[in-house]
Amino acid sequence: MKVELEADKCVASGQCVVAAMEVFDQDDDGIAILLTDEVGPELVDGVQEAAAVCPAAAIRLVRP
Amino acid sequence: MRRIAVVGASAAGLAAAETLRREGYDGTLTLVGDEPEPPYDRPPLSKQVLAAEWEPDRLALRTPAGLAALDLDLRLGAAATGLDLVDRAVRLANGSEVPYDGLVIATGVRPRRLPGEGAHVLRTLGDALTLRERLSPGRRLVVVGAGFLGAEAAAVAWRLGAEVTVLEPAAVPLAHAVGADVGRMLARAHAERGVDLRCGVMVSEVTEEGVRLAGGEEIEADEVLVAVGSLPNTEWLDGSGLAIGDGVLCDEYCEAAENVYAAGDVARWYNPLFGTSMRIEHRTNAAEQGMAAARNLLAAREARKAFAPVPYFWSDQYDMKVQAYGYLRGHDEVAVVEGDLAERRFVAAYRSGDRVGGALAVGMAPKAIRQWRQAIVTGASWHEAVRSGV
Repeated sequence: MKVELEADKCVASGQCVVAAMEVFDQDDDGIAILLTDEVGPELVDGVQEAAAVCPAAAIRLVRP
Repeated sequence: MRRIAVVGASAAGLAAAETLRREGYDGTLTLVGDEPEPPYDRPPLSKQVLAAEWEPDRLALRTPAGLAALDLDLRLGAAATGLDLVDRAVRLANGSEVPYDGLVIATGVRPRRLPGEGAHVLRTLGDALTLRERLSPGRRLVVVGAGFLGAEAAAVAWRLGAEVTVLEPAAVPLAHAVGADVGRMLARAHAERGVDLRCGVMVSEVTEEGVRLAGGEEIEADEVLVAVGSLPNTEWLDGSGLAIGDGVLCDEYCEAAENVYAAGDVARWYNPLFGTSMRIEHRTNAAEQGMAAARNLLAAREARKAFAPVPYFWSDQYDMKVQAYGYLRGHDEVAVVEGDLAERRFVAAYRSGDRVGGALAVGMAPKAIRQWRQAIVTGASWHEAVRSGV
């Protein structure tokens, strides 16, 4: 599955990193960055959690 | 369970509805909201929306297609007015009833108001759009309350060129929440920009000319924003038999009665990580608790999980981003563990008893505070954590 991140909406909460460290990191200003935009089934739960807790609704998981 | 009702269509209610579907619930799912808009995000209201940087369509929490995919029985513009726990039905203002087998209560909070009329509050999209129309260079705005919401609105209004006065009853703003030193640091940010922050000032009434203080003095303003906290929306539950006390009282599973759960700003639940009951009005908690309530509603009783999060909030004030983890209220001690308060680049840790209960950062890279979050999760001893810098 593909992960999409609207970085200009990001409020630097870092909740996505807490939910899925393998997929998300933050730059020095706290803005989220994608470590990978393709995730296998083992990471889908974490990304779904990240999308759900993102306070800016900036993360989406897109099925192919 | 074939009929689930979620009352409240903001972040917590939406998260609950979405989680129910994701976990495989395929019965009737009614989502009730008293506002006419589909679910939207509130934190930008006092930031990007008030500053006219974002238009309202950016606030939608889901696209129309994303919402449609949830296959909801969506009742917007419909306030809930009553709950019958015995017959298991929610009454709506239009006279209709929503029967349920399972219920999630997520009706949020509303702003506290002051006597008198004509003041703004800032909770809904309509509130934000009305206030933003009235802010322009030279307009005199009085903000009552220097909490996070009042401070954010003051910072935006100042940036738009308004003449801003902030009136705060406490001697130091936010001292009860973040401690006196951090509160004074935030207060200085107002003063440096010429925002007139007056502490120890009790406002008794909103008048046509502005506000009247407890001592009788009047302060003139073109616009008044009242930001003095909020009240949980629980009146519709009066007489239902649910226990209410500054929110819907829940156990550690967010359960208020059998098959009735609560989530978000309106829920007061027992957080086992901190060993206390709390009600949290943070955006991230709304989503997390909505998910937790939904999962527990669907789970077998013995498979339910206690909701034990580390609360998180952020606030944007002038050029500062404030971020905090944990439960800071009622802390016993604050220590600056990295950086410098005066330079507005620091991490402060909060002691509760003999453990780390919270951490707050301004102007630091996110990794600096993330390790303190971990110390909160593990219940790290205060002295060891502070001595070793985690």
